[in-house]
Amino acid sequence: MARTSGKLRSSSSGLFSDRPEVEDHLSLGCSVSEPPPKLQLRDLLDITPSLTEAAGAIVDDSFTRCFKSNPPEPWNWNAYLFPLWCFGVVVRYLILFPLRATVLAIGWIVFLSSFIPVHFLLKGHGTLRKKIERGLVELMCSFFVASWTGVIKYHGPRPSMRPKQVFVANHTSMIDFIVLEQMTAFALIMQKHPGWVGLVQRIILESVGGIWFNRSEAKDREAVAKKLKDHIEGTGNNSLLIFPEGTCVNNNYTVMFKKGAFELGCTVCPVAIKYNKIFVDAFWNSRKQSFTKHLLQLMTSWAVVCNVWYLEPQTIRPGETPIEFAERVRDAISKRAGLKKVPWDGYLKYSRPSPKQMEEKQQSYAAAMLQTLEVDAK
Amino acid sequence: MGNTSSMLTQYDIEEVQEHCKHAFSQQEIVSLYQRFCQLDRSGGGFISADEFLSVPEFAVNPLSQRLLRMLDGLNFKEFVAFLSAFSPHVSLQQKIEFIFKLYDSDSNGKVAFHDMLDVLRDLTGQFISEQQREQVLTEVLEEAGYTKDSMLVLSDFVKILGSSDLKMEVEVPVD
Repeated sequence: MARTSGKLRSSSSGLFSDRPEVEDHLSLGCSVSEPPPKLQLRDLLDITPSLTEAAGAIVDDSFTRCFKSNPPEPWNWNAYLFPLWCFGVVVRYLILFPLRATVLAIGWIVFLSSFIPVHFLLKGHGTLRKKIERGLVELMCSFFVASWTGVIKYHGPRPSMRPKQVFVANHTSMIDFIVLEQMTAFALIMQKHPGWVGLVQRIILESVGGIWFNRSEAKDREAVAKKLKDHIEGTGNNSLLIFPEGTCVNNNYTVMFKKGAFELGCTVCPVAIKYNKIFVDAFWNSRKQSFTKHLLQLMTSWAVVCNVWYLEPQTIRPGETPIEFAERVRDAISKRAGLKKVPWDGYLKYSRPSPKQMEEKQQSYAAAMLQTLEVDAK
Repeated sequence: MGNTSSMLTQYDIEEVQEHCKHAFSQQEIVSLYQRFCQLDRSGGGFISADEFLSVPEFAVNPLSQRLLRMLDGLNFKEFVAFLSAFSPHVSLQQKIEFIFKLYDSDSNGKVAFHDMLDVLRDLTGQFISEQQREQVLTEVLEEAGYTKDSMLVLSDFVKILGSSDLKMEVEVPVD
């Protein structure tokens, strides 16, 4: 009889709430023909695998890493760098910022003075109004981008408005939407925010089309799935832009993509966005700052530089589940933008993991113990 | 947070190193401090249970509640001392001591049948009946020469676990 350690092992990571139960691999280290070795006292008392996992998670975990905003490196102050830096601050706050704020103000005035009349006067002329409003929104986004001195490089064929397609992109900040909207008027699906942002969301997105969802409502998912389907089937709607991560991530990693966008039976066009951190860290750490503060930070930095890649449209392959499809698209986006993949659900930022994952581990321990009883019974 | 190493003076680092009996290098202690500050979002000087549970990898661990009892209210120095059991530079004896402390929830230096049963319950949950759990535990205890009423002390644990190749190490990322 081969000597085996007979250790109790919990199932390793790879845990997502959407996935069906993962098969547990009990490493009792025996082949099928031999009876499993009996558990000894030291096997039961040896809890080191679980302990090591827990301690490992305390020391460093892949989930928290996704939301760590990079602090700006402190400069080495010396006689010439410090005055240079001070000069830079003066330029940024006292020259660039007022200029940018003015540009933004002008943009708002131009936009509102055109949008409001068009919205009410052309009430009867649906398509014409929509077209003008779309153009106005694109214009407004350009104003926004100018207000941060945005240098955005678009790669790949420009998105064309075709029916039965959705666009998915990785999510770093709410400005992702503005960066993409500047080029094409997408319809959006977004979490409603309070304050002036919510107002803006409501007004403008009435024109390009938008779907609301509420993270905190459990039943919301089905309602949203239906709204998504209706939008895609409807004619004359702008293509939907979806951020399947469901939350802002720090542009070094991608979290699990929610399968909602991938089970609609239409083409998925992936878009990868990567911000250049040398100029500013565009990650909106919603736990740390409000959106207003985030925008102000952008407007007092030198520039927002980013790359946008429009990738090849993908359709679900025969025999592929929506989750696998989502993973495949996430792979493509992560590779293009140089992001690392992480097997966690972004919503864990707001809630605890479901008990299912702990139960999987418990189940494998219990199975090992039960096997001992069976061996005795024989 | 990039400036935390300036909040920890050399004196602080050495004090923490003394306290954990040199289980970690000075660089590792600085890394651990950054991690401590990252987890302690409320800035209270200790990591609350809620803040620990916000790490999903920790929250799904069956022993998380038990560990939280040991981690409750620890300041940074004590936090490092807690983690020192997972350092590769620490003796097997110390690791077994840590495991013993985890079992001995009422800290009376003795681990009874019900203590071991409690841990097994955490590990197996609802997937095995209480009766079967007791049965398996009683059997393995008797095989090892103990009875259901035996009270195990640290030296017993050392005897039981000391011969096995105990692997209980965690790597502190140092950038």
